[in-house]
Amino acid sequence: MSTATVFGLCAAAVVGLGLYGLIASPQPLRKVLAFNLLGGGAFLFFGVVARRGAAAGFGGDPIPQALVITGIVVAFSATALAIALLLRLFEVAGSATLSTDASGSADTDPTGA
Amino acid sequence: MPYSAPVLDTAATTDGFLLVLSLVVPIAGVLLAFVAGGRRGERIAFATMPLGFAIAIAILFALRRTGGPLVYLLGGWAPPLGVALRADGLSAVMMMTTAAVICAVGVYAYADFRTPAGQTRAPSAFWMLLLAVWSALNTVFLGGDLFTLYVALELLTFAAVPLVCLDGRAETLQAALRYLLFALFGSALYLVGTALLYGAYGTLDMVLLSHRIRVEPATLVAAALMTVGLLAKTALFPLHLWLPPAHAGAPAAASAVLSALVVKGSFFIVVRLWFDVMPGLVIRGGAQLLAVLGAAAIVFGSVIALRQQRLKLLIAYSTLAQIGYLFLMFPLAFGGGAPPLQSGALTGGLVQTISHATAKAAMFMAAGSIYAALGHDRITRLNGVGRALPMSVLAFGLSGVALIGLPPSGVYLAKSLLLQAAAETEQWWWTVVIQAGAFFTSGYVVLVLVQALAPADEPVTLRVPVSRVGETTALALAICSLLLGLFPWGAYLSVPAGSPSPSDMLSLKAALSMLWPIVGGGVLAVLLGRWGDRLARIHFGTVLIAIVGPARHAALALGRTIEGIDSTLRQWPAAALAVLVLAILFGAALLT
Repeated sequence: MSTATVFGLCAAAVVGLGLYGLIASPQPLRKVLAFNLLGGGAFLFFGVVARRGAAAGFGGDPIPQALVITGIVVAFSATALAIALLLRLFEVAGSATLSTDASGSADTDPTGA
Repeated sequence: MPYSAPVLDTAATTDGFLLVLSLVVPIAGVLLAFVAGGRRGERIAFATMPLGFAIAIAILFALRRTGGPLVYLLGGWAPPLGVALRADGLSAVMMMTTAAVICAVGVYAYADFRTPAGQTRAPSAFWMLLLAVWSALNTVFLGGDLFTLYVALELLTFAAVPLVCLDGRAETLQAALRYLLFALFGSALYLVGTALLYGAYGTLDMVLLSHRIRVEPATLVAAALMTVGLLAKTALFPLHLWLPPAHAGAPAAASAVLSALVVKGSFFIVVRLWFDVMPGLVIRGGAQLLAVLGAAAIVFGSVIALRQQRLKLLIAYSTLAQIGYLFLMFPLAFGGGAPPLQSGALTGGLVQTISHATAKAAMFMAAGSIYAALGHDRITRLNGVGRALPMSVLAFGLSGVALIGLPPSGVYLAKSLLLQAAAETEQWWWTVVIQAGAFFTSGYVVLVLVQALAPADEPVTLRVPVSRVGETTALALAICSLLLGLFPWGAYLSVPAGSPSPSDMLSLKAALSMLWPIVGGGVLAVLLGRWGDRLARIHFGTVLIAIVGPARHAALALGRTIEGIDSTLRQWPAAALAVLVLAILFGAALLT
């Protein structure tokens, strides 16, 4: 098994862990962390792609690295925005949860007529 | 499938600088407003809007004159090393729509978000975000490279999320956070898909990819992940958990932008992915699956819209249903022998997108005026508002009939094109869905109009005077949507022979075709809607109740069941699992 394959499998595992966290953990902060894990897996995967695309005389294909740097910037801004929203929500509501359904389904008329 | 891939561009076209301007001008506005701060934000926005509008028109004309796509190569580097911006007919009409809606929203919002003397941050933030959404959408429409589209999509999300929570209330903050997290989930899947495609083909340029792409496991996994990620951002049923609270909770001007334009950004990338990047793959099964989800969205979105108590939530659920309508074009475009990019179904789908953008923005603006004036937007207490705010109710009504498909509205043209494609590809089941969609749409429009036009119990007192300019803007957008069928679409999109001409659309026969949807919608509204005690009070109401009583009983039970399923699907774990299940289903469907 080549190094690239090992790292590819690692990337898949990290993506899987991120997916699990995003689906299963109820706290928003953990969801943000899980998103970062998922993104990290994707970036690692870009690294594997770069390694496999190495041409003669180069250690790797440079384009995926450029993509990863851009991707990291995007993921960083996303995380910052999510954390800012989370803090603000905690300040205003006293708790930070996504579970209560605020979409106005409070039914004054149970028969719905 | 015979498919001639587009030629690769090696040089920028002479009008290519227009594309750069269309991205740079709104972004420059954002940065200037950020530096200047406070009251100058809206002035900068109002200076930017005519410029951006003029650029969109210039691109439309340049495209018509040259006949081919406009191209700009960033830094003069040709793909695969460089990144290209491309404007074809699809981009040009979408950019024009964006410019029109953004400018209308800007004019409408002037009353709401005029920075007050004791300044708060929300108003100046609104103007910056509005321009940021504009720039991000233009990038989505022009990006020629899947990674550029990823960045554009994220920019769009980052600009759209704060629009949801401008008022800073806890429930809108929660809605914004839900929206952001689910959108990030979707974009992470898209990113994994791009990594797979780059690994397989060594490029992300759409034209190069369309030449190189083959049916192999990596491609299928990538296509499935990217499609599902984008669907999560578009809020196609059952991935819509974030849409109703976000779109209904935002200020009216922001809701108009979110519902009319922002969801169209990710939808447009789905179109690019399927029609531009992988039309050569055999993807009939996947196309059918997309339309099945669309049909489910129409049923669920419309039924739940009919059962809402608040006007803004009704419109938000109507957006959900209309998003479903957009996806009906996929099996029709991929079912025939013709190249999908030149099919009438694609034109129908895009015309539908654009008509929905204008009509839905008008609807949210009208609802915003009504909400501001009455201090509430409970549907069963709207009686008398037709007399108090005739312009807003007229704007709502006109955008409603434009959405149902009164000729010469864009929706009428779109429906004719889709029906024609369904007949040509012999997929009668989609004919049924397309026709039924109009019935459902007319259901909630009729419900609201009947309530709003009913006489008031006591004179309606307006809490605040309504901005005349805002009401006029909403009305103008509604009329624009109603006349969209007359736009010369043939110059930008392929309109097949046999589609209705302007004179066909203005004929009596075409107008009479509206009758059925309105009658059907009336029946649906009576059966499924919330009426309070209003039903008993209309003319012949008691007779009506006696006749439809048992049927209404059954329909209400059905409505409650559908609401129950919807509230289960809007739980986070259910929606997140649905993403994975759909990704697997798409992978399997693309194989067939």
